[in-house]
Amino acid sequence: MECNVKSEFGYDLLELSGEVDLQFSPQLREKILGSLKTGNPLLIDLAKVSYIDSSGIASLVEGFQTAKTSKLQYGLLNISNTAMQVLTLTRLDKIFDLYSSIDQFKQKLQ
Amino acid sequence: MTGNTQTDTAITIRNLVVDYGPRRILNDINLDIPSGQIMVIMGQSGAGKSTLLRCILGLKKPTSGSIHMLGTDIATASQKEIYKARKQIGVAFQGGALFSSMTVGENIELPLREHTNLDEKTIQIMSRIKLDMVNMLDAEHLMVAELSGGMAKRAALARAIIMDPKLLFFDEPSAGLDPSTAAELDQLIITLKISLGMTIVVVTHELDSIFKIADHIAVMKDGNIVETGTPQQISASTNPEIQGLLNRKPRETIVDTDAHLRRLTGGF
Ligand SMILES: Nc1ncnc2c1ncn2[C@@H]1O[C@H](COP(=O)(O)OP(=O)(O)OP(=O)(O)O)[C@@H](O)[C@H]1O
Ligand SMILES: [Mg+2]
Repeated sequence: MECNVKSEFGYDLLELSGEVDLQFSPQLREKILGSLKTGNPLLIDLAKVSYIDSSGIASLVEGFQTAKTSKLQYGLLNISNTAMQVLTLTRLDKIFDLYSSIDQFKQKLQ
Repeated sequence: MTGNTQTDTAITIRNLVVDYGPRRILNDINLDIPSGQIMVIMGQSGAGKSTLLRCILGLKKPTSGSIHMLGTDIATASQKEIYKARKQIGVAFQGGALFSSMTVGENIELPLREHTNLDEKTIQIMSRIKLDMVNMLDAEHLMVAELSGGMAKRAALARAIIMDPKLLFFDEPSAGLDPSTAAELDQLIITLKISLGMTIVVVTHELDSIFKIADHIAVMKDGNIVETGTPQQISASTNPEIQGLLNRKPRETIVDTDAHLRRLTGGF
């Protein structure tokens, strides 16, 4: 798993790639919660994620809850079909804010 | 035949023999279990279905033969290798085996506490995601003793899938459930296959369930696999043994009703 946070104008972009599993999800969790502490909105790009297990999904959920509490926008970008199936199965597709482009997220910020 | 594991085969069983003392329980079993599909093992009581599962899980050392799964020959693997493979395997057994001194939530979280160093919050959310999958989110704080039979089965399933296993084993999932609860469980098993790509092995007697969930069926009798095939193939089999299992003919026709009545009432 690779996980990099970039500071963009008005928000943070977290680019995630590879396999997010039990071994790596603690790292993902730290990056998400760390980024939210700065008080910036967060967009997580999942385009290059080949696999995400439920510990990874749990980290995304915790991040969302934290963002909500801090009244920060929090979005998931380019979610893959397989990850989407897992979200649908757990009805999380209805909970998360899902985006298919960065511009879409930026509009939400205004 | 080389016995090598093909990429589309999750488990390859070759020439598996199991003895309990002097009794031969499994007699030269050969079986390929395909990846990402549901394999149902059926057969009379005592045919050796549970014994076969126990061997695959490394709980029973076979007398001879091989079981290739997740890159390991379980038949000859060390305890340490078996332990490693088992982390990728979910098991829900006959009887459920939940700890009655714990709540449902604690039961489901247990494997995560034992095998991972995940944060408390992550563990809790993972557990709730799985409880939601089996439609038991409201039961998180109930004690196991407070559950109905169907709820206990669903809780056992939630615990079996808590680590996102590649392989899921089920011994008699719907036994003793009412038809609608059994159907719900069947649907859940199918969903796990489709959404999470799991390879699932189910031992069951329930015919409705078999034909709803199975991609492949293996029929066992007296320690042998007598036939394998798709549900259509098994259903069309002319083997009288299989026809019997499919309830196509009555077990015994009552010829002498008086004799039968005497047998039931015991000489009044
Ligand atoms: N621990 C054991 N010691 C001795 N014999 C055993 C043991 N476990 C199972 N057997 C025997 O092995 C045979 C197969 O048992 P097994 O439990 O595998 O059957 P099964 O097909 O699962 O039956 P059921 O449908 O009733 O669950 C039976 O004859 C049983 O008596
Ligand atoms: Mg059995």
